[in-house]
Amino acid sequence: MFAMRIVPFLISGLCTAGLILVLNTQLTVGGSKTPRLGYFLSPQLGFWQNAESTNTDFSGELKLNGLKGKVDVFMDDRLVPHIYAENDLDAYYVQGYIHAKFRLWQMEFQTHVAAGRLSEIVGEERLATDRFFRRLGMVYGAEQTMANMDTDPEMKATVDAYADGVNAYIQSLKPEQIPFEYKLLDYKPEAWTPLKTYLFLMYMSYDLTGGAAATDLKMTNAKNYFGYEDFNKLYPNVHDSLNPIIPSGTLFADPAIIPVAPLNSDSVYLKYTISSTAMAPVVPDKDNGSNNWAVSGSKTKSGRPILCNDPHLGLNLPSLWFEVQINTPSHNTYGASFPGSPAVIIGFNDNIAWGVTNAGRDVLDYYDIQFKDSTLTEYMYNGEWTQAEHRKEVIKVKGKPASIENMALTVFGPVMYDNAYKNSSTDGKYLAVHWTANMPGTGLQTFYKLNRSKNYDEYINATSLWSCPGQNFVFASKTNDIAIKQQGAFIARWERQGDFVMPGTDDSYAWQGIIPLEENPMMKNPGRGFVSSANQMSTDSTYPYYLGAANNFPLYRGIIINRKLSEMNNITVEDMQHLQMDNYNVFAEMARPVLLKYLAINTLNADEKKYVDLLANWNLRSDVNEKGPTIFKCIWDSLENEVWGDEISKSKLPFPRPDAPTLLESLLRNASFIFEDNINTTDKKETIHDDVLAAFKKAYTYLVKLEKEDRLEWARFKSTKVNHLLKLPALSRLQLPIGGGEHIINAAKETHGPSWRMIVHLTDEIEAYGVYPGGQSGNPGSKFYDSFVDAWAAGKYYRIVFIGKEAAAKSEKMKWHLTFTNS
Amino acid sequence: MKFFVSIVLTAFLAFVAGIYSTIPWWSFAVTSLIVAIAIHQKPGKAFLSGFLGLFLLWVGLSLFKDAANEHILSAKVAKILPLGGSYIALILVTGIIGGLVSGLSSVTGSYVKKSK
Repeated sequence: MFAMRIVPFLISGLCTAGLILVLNTQLTVGGSKTPRLGYFLSPQLGFWQNAESTNTDFSGELKLNGLKGKVDVFMDDRLVPHIYAENDLDAYYVQGYIHAKFRLWQMEFQTHVAAGRLSEIVGEERLATDRFFRRLGMVYGAEQTMANMDTDPEMKATVDAYADGVNAYIQSLKPEQIPFEYKLLDYKPEAWTPLKTYLFLMYMSYDLTGGAAATDLKMTNAKNYFGYEDFNKLYPNVHDSLNPIIPSGTLFADPAIIPVAPLNSDSVYLKYTISSTAMAPVVPDKDNGSNNWAVSGSKTKSGRPILCNDPHLGLNLPSLWFEVQINTPSHNTYGASFPGSPAVIIGFNDNIAWGVTNAGRDVLDYYDIQFKDSTLTEYMYNGEWTQAEHRKEVIKVKGKPASIENMALTVFGPVMYDNAYKNSSTDGKYLAVHWTANMPGTGLQTFYKLNRSKNYDEYINATSLWSCPGQNFVFASKTNDIAIKQQGAFIARWERQGDFVMPGTDDSYAWQGIIPLEENPMMKNPGRGFVSSANQMSTDSTYPYYLGAANNFPLYRGIIINRKLSEMNNITVEDMQHLQMDNYNVFAEMARPVLLKYLAINTLNADEKKYVDLLANWNLRSDVNEKGPTIFKCIWDSLENEVWGDEISKSKLPFPRPDAPTLLESLLRNASFIFEDNINTTDKKETIHDDVLAAFKKAYTYLVKLEKEDRLEWARFKSTKVNHLLKLPALSRLQLPIGGGEHIINAAKETHGPSWRMIVHLTDEIEAYGVYPGGQSGNPGSKFYDSFVDAWAAGKYYRIVFIGKEAAAKSEKMKWHLTFTNS
Repeated sequence: MKFFVSIVLTAFLAFVAGIYSTIPWWSFAVTSLIVAIAIHQKPGKAFLSGFLGLFLLWVGLSLFKDAANEHILSAKVAKILPLGGSYIALILVTGIIGGLVSGLSSVTGSYVKKSK
């Protein structure tokens, strides 16, 4: 029937098959993997399917089994969904569905990071990160909190309904509809589980309190290197210029717990300097922080409170945040939600508004455990060999055999560093990590309750449940109450307890209790008419518990916010917008005179003097086009290198650079400063004059280079960007024209800054504004992917639409209407 | 005539196969093979019609998607791949990749001849 020319048929057939094979394989090019090109480029299956029409109609009618009643979702012109449901669980189901519809890849990716599963999708190069997170107990902690919250029927039903909604969306996806990044990295979405919500929250705990996982080790190194006396000068417990959240002079009640340092702590702990340790591979940004404040009606033009919040986190695309309104018979709330979690996290409702900043308290410690032998079955505790439990973590690796972590669990927590997970400096050590995030927590119960809170008492009740990460909850109500409360499970510490690795052979260094709720720093309706927090130390040193080393607490934003708010009256929403965007650098205000005082200007040539003049004449505002802030920063950083660099480079182990206030306040005190001498020169004893001059000369060389590259203007120098989670420049927004930075209210640094700016005016009809550096859609192929970024950089705000269902149905702001029913 | 019918049929069947997104992206290699067997041409012509069938289909489909998307995604992908950010280059590469597979498959089919 058929005749064939066998040889050419076979040859061309093999060529075809070969080409298909190549195009169906991820190739390694320049160290990174390509997508499967044939699949990726296929217009019917690949990335072209993610090229969303700019006129996409998001309206539709969906029938989903998991619902009890009807849910109407109106999407406004910014793609913010307004969910109107007949009951709470339907609302969370639909919130899950919508989160997944716009942010599925991000939701799964972030929980894969938290769960130590990146190797599974990316490959062996992420194994170190995965091992770190597994050994820190991220999955263990998420499981503990989930088990705890599953005993609360309301919370279990909420998280389950949310997961069902996410899964309803995942199941509705046709292969060509999966998000872009799955196609790029070549994997597929898996089912969502309630545990993933807890893993996500665990990630936030890590991001906001996990810094200690590295800091405690580095502080231990520094103490060992300098000795305790010098260490104390470099890493003091409190800074002179502290302007705490709770004003100095506030009287604190007698503490319920009086933490006592072990008798041997002087010799065994503080001054013992033999041990040495290393640092973690993944370190949260030291400036994960935030601003929040509320002004009472006595200070506003309208006579009603205004509440403001801007959490400072890593700036990413897709954004950490997703705006949503949730309206059910039980409550009506709006704000920024986390894709991955039900409810609103920072927002307001018909009666109150709330916001959060990070408390920055140390809730993670290491204990040095003594095991009987390398099998880690028994460890010494209170004079007896005690049986350790064990936990196995299996890390799947793409294209490679799985990696298995066997961790011992002790009374303190999981043994993170042991004979299988170590490096040259932890060799021989067994370090257990004791972390409040690993203990059974309350998940998102606080936010669930805040969404529904009607007044101050309900706010206090809601926040009292919060355990980790410790936050400063700011509050304002329509009834003109304002308040702030620092809440979390905080350890009643003796001075310096937990700043370094502690002996773990008995309970003498164990935590002696959690500070009772009512003793946590808080303030309601103060006479000054405002409350605020900016991650500074919450109280002065008269607070009866040790808050942690001062370098855990950024100092300057708190000073300038409190100064400005004290001066302001007749405050309007516009005033608050300007304050959130304020670029005044109070650190430079204090440090510039010191630099100019010690700099021998008469020894400089004309070219060098030009920069000194620019610095001297700078208006202290770190605005987009200012050159002063670039010059200031280069000289200051250079000075820190002059002063600390010699000490730091002598040590083989990493330790934390002493923070900026430590150096500045030493110079302000005018005390002769032991670290001013460069220990690398033996023929000469450097003074601070020498250090400042040397710092200036080095900065000068760099500044000349910057000027040639046309990068002397602050925004160009600082180069703020919003990175895609995979750090692909093509999917990121680079070189944003925004001022501000470290120590400044508008805390926009290079890759870190105000991740959501919110202002809520608690008038009868709430007047609220918000903006975040991203967009509602996580799809790089959508016009809503980065639609807020330019407004965010320019300091513009969107007026938030917060209306009832009937009004929404008629509103011109609402562009699309989705209905969800179960049949 | 055969040439044009081949092109149209290659494109049409590839499109239909592509609707069923659970089957692999290279399903058109099979349909192109069938078209080349059904409409016999010399290998050179078979390659060209097979190539053009998929080239035109994939260029057409991606142009359609890209226009509605106002190049938002194509400009990004053309930086990742890397094609200098040119969406036109990306569309051409898309067409050429589809065309090459289809063309080779059609050549294979051209070596099967119905016996008379």
